Amino acid sequence: MTVSQSVFSFSSSRDRRRLMTGLLFISPWILGFLTFRVYPFLASLYYSFTFYPVLQDPKWIGIRNYVNLFDDPRFLTSLWNSSYYAIGAVPLGALFGILLAMLLNMRVKGLSVFRTIFFLPSITPVVAAAIVWLWMFNPRIGLINYFLSLVGIHGPAWMGDPQWAKPALILMSIWSVGNAVVIYLAALQDVPRELLEAASLDGAKAMQKIRYVTLPMISPVILFNVIVGLIAAFQLFTQVHVMTDGQGSPADSTLMMSIYLFQSAFAFFKMGYASAQAWILFLIIVVFTLVLFRVSGRLVYYGGR
Amino acid sequence: MEFSKYLAIGIFALFFLIPWVWMISTSLKNAEELSLHPPIWIPEPVRWDNYLTAFREGSLGGYLWNTVLVTVPSVIGAVLSNALIAYGFARIQWPGRDYVFAIVLATLILPDFVTFIPLYLIFRDLGWLNTYAPLILPIFLGSPFFIFLLRQFFMGLPAELSDAAHVDGASEFLIFLRIILPLAMPALAVVALFQFIGSWNDYFGPLIYLSDIKKYTISLGIANMESSYGFSNFAWIMAATVMSVVPIVVLFFFAQRTFIEGIALTGLKG
Repeated sequence: MTVSQSVFSFSSSRDRRRLMTGLLFISPWILGFLTFRVYPFLASLYYSFTFYPVLQDPKWIGIRNYVNLFDDPRFLTSLWNSSYYAIGAVPLGALFGILLAMLLNMRVKGLSVFRTIFFLPSITPVVAAAIVWLWMFNPRIGLINYFLSLVGIHGPAWMGDPQWAKPALILMSIWSVGNAVVIYLAALQDVPRELLEAASLDGAKAMQKIRYVTLPMISPVILFNVIVGLIAAFQLFTQVHVMTDGQGSPADSTLMMSIYLFQSAFAFFKMGYASAQAWILFLIIVVFTLVLFRVSGRLVYYGGR
Repeated sequence: MEFSKYLAIGIFALFFLIPWVWMISTSLKNAEELSLHPPIWIPEPVRWDNYLTAFREGSLGGYLWNTVLVTVPSVIGAVLSNALIAYGFARIQWPGRDYVFAIVLATLILPDFVTFIPLYLIFRDLGWLNTYAPLILPIFLGSPFFIFLLRQFFMGLPAELSDAAHVDGASEFLIFLRIILPLAMPALAVVALFQFIGSWNDYFGPLIYLSDIKKYTISLGIANMESSYGFSNFAWIMAATVMSVVPIVVLFFFAQRTFIEGIALTGLKG
């Protein structure tokens, strides 16, 4: 590009024409970016420093919302609940995702059938999944406690028990791991056969090949899935909203950050307070993303680059 | 080895299948069979009536139709806008392009939870609450994920395709329309599919913007059935739930390859 700029005298007018054409093509995005991203982004930052009961104008109160949040036991609970869920669901999702992809990658007959079985739940409407799982978690007549009773275990009340509601949500999250399975499977199929064969010739056992060849080779994809998974886990909303009627019950044990934020905005009409919560949620997501990219230098193998 | 492989896959497959079987089985039971312990898998007799009840009592037909009204324009909007935008990022060299594209990518991690309060207030001030406009209109202005996906695809097409047309004096828009778009059908199909699923399954958007129960989309509709009808109605509520999934399953079976390839595409080129 620099060559053409110095050699051809008409290049700057041509550049300008290209700029105009380019901007014309992306103009819908520019419009959407300004109205649906930049403005709401800045507005919510501003609201987070205001007292804003929705029917009055926002009134500047400095950092008081943020200070109040860290004195608000429900907010701290929501922070804990979301972290608990993410710490449970994300590694478990990676584990099952990789495990299932590896199983499918072992030259299985009926691959497309199994792939369909594993994948379909991940595109099922979350509300539908939530209703079915709520029914399965029913302590008295639900399927899960029935299965547990077959092996002599008296199952807990799941979504009715503050101890077990979050584990129930984590268990349910495994059902929608299929999206990750498809991504991991594609990555596994890209691992060069020669590498695995060379490892076999050197006497590597199956577990050693997984540990020293396969996992390093797919590590960029694992990183990608873990980041996406963490971002999604901290925004878990629909399942909980449907299964607890928007309450985050029992005893606030499933009050996720998103649920409390939503309550602040649309049940208590505290738009400023809700915006501050949204910004803390956002900062958590940004920090996680940055940390994961930072550690990825040490943990992830990018093909010698 | 061979046996334990299939045993492991089989156990997992069972875990993934049981909720489906249970869902369909429940949708065909009568009120007493719902609470039998131990549970029965095949109701006697099979109550197909529950599906009619879901339409009659639960106004399932209205919810499904509303969802079509939101989903169809959304799919059209997503395909048109993202193709245009991605072309501008992939096949026209303009100064500053790659910096602007970095901004597109950065918006990928911006959560809806940060923007929804101001957006709600904008749409309230426009008088668009309780209409489908807030659910459809933003989609016509592109989404970062689809822009990224289509840009990858467009950049993979050889430059010679457009060069010859440029020499012939064809405008950029004509090249986009006549040469690139027809070649991009597989990628556009991925966008259409993902947007269909996104709009069909959406809960958060309708929850915020729709207040009139007659305008509810299917996800909001069945969630509302679940919370407002009692236990004894659960069979036909489950029938409605099955119906909310049917379009997605049908779509998947018709477009399985597109799905799998599309997902692999999104994961690999990160």
